Amino acid sequence: MTALVRATGLQRYFGAQESLVRAVDGIDLTVDEGEFVSVMGPSGCGKSTLLYLLGGLVRPTAGQISLGGRRVERLSRAAWARLRRRRIGFVFQSFNLVDNLTVVENLQLPGMLGGRSGRAARRRAMALLEDLGVADKARVVPGSLSGGQRQRVAVARALINEPELLLADEPTGSLDSVAANEVLGLLKRYHRAGQAVVLVTHDPQIATTADRLVTMRDGRVVDHTLLTARTGPNLRVHDLVEGP
Amino acid sequence: MREELLGLLAKEPAHGYELKQALEADFGDLWPTVNIGQIYSALARLETTGLVRSAAVTQDGRPDKKVFELTAAGRDELQRWVDDVVPVARVRDRFFVKLVLAARAKVADPVALIDRQRRAYLRRLRQLNDLAEDARGMAARLAVQGAVLHLQADLKWLEQCEQALSEGAAEGGDR
Repeated sequence: MTALVRATGLQRYFGAQESLVRAVDGIDLTVDEGEFVSVMGPSGCGKSTLLYLLGGLVRPTAGQISLGGRRVERLSRAAWARLRRRRIGFVFQSFNLVDNLTVVENLQLPGMLGGRSGRAARRRAMALLEDLGVADKARVVPGSLSGGQRQRVAVARALINEPELLLADEPTGSLDSVAANEVLGLLKRYHRAGQAVVLVTHDPQIATTADRLVTMRDGRVVDHTLLTARTGPNLRVHDLVEGP
Repeated sequence: MREELLGLLAKEPAHGYELKQALEADFGDLWPTVNIGQIYSALARLETTGLVRSAAVTQDGRPDKKVFELTAAGRDELQRWVDDVVPVARVRDRFFVKLVLAARAKVADPVALIDRQRRAYLRRLRQLNDLAEDARGMAARLAVQGAVLHLQADLKWLEQCEQALSEGAAEGGDR
């Protein structure tokens, strides 16, 4: 496997002196092409800051980040914005859709910013909405959708320009368990089709959707768990229940 | 299997093979295949203790079949069992014992023990997620959901163990 993202010695401090917060305090992390990694930890452990560093929404205090072999930590704001348009998709807990654009426009616009013609962007947007089961909502505004539907639209928007990397910050945090499972199912499906995903959450149930889990505390990585390591035969329902 | 057989016979008298089929229909999603030999030996024990009785029924051109039915004592025994509240599970797994001994006798680093255990729980949680996708039938889905909830509690409890250990260390002693 080739590394898609490689972060080394990554640091991000906020404030100064007594109020200095070491949000990310020396993290090394590699995500391979097509890999699904979860970052788990309690609130305030720095996991969201780590995700924002990987997506260029926050600049590191120190350390290096490579994306596809190219050093990116010193890129200008504009260069990061271009990178995010084409190569990195973001999904947030609060959806972050544009309320006065229709659902399809919410996808079409970033599609055009990513270099597609208006017509091609619309075609791609409709195909994604179809794929995610919300094509019938294309012409309404996000405000009239349920949370689960909004997050599906947000996933579609994140994937509009076929990014190599999908970053998701508590994507199920605002959803009920049924909608949460649907959104997780989507992430799993795209991952199986080759999409690299980094998912940040405090919830072990959500985090274990990934292939590999990184646990954070106080700005540092305290544990790595390979979730797909098979230690025995596959688990069956019979193994969970006391038999006759 | 004792109570399951009593319960099925409370509905209607049946022979061994019918009981096997009924068990599979009710619990097939949860249990591995039930062995007919196990059923006959359980029925024989129930008959010895007077909870069921059997009668031979003649069949045309085939050997007699043995039909079992519940006795009054069997019905009472079943009622008692049904009415009993299932005891609440206690925290008594081997991990807890290991953790206490590790902290007291210093045979291992308790934090390392907790980390190792957490990794095992997380891997199990992943397996349960996969199993949930494949589980068919209400019984199987409920069984998986129950296992997930237990595991979430176990993970939370490990967190508390870890916190208690670090607070204990900060206070400068293991009492």
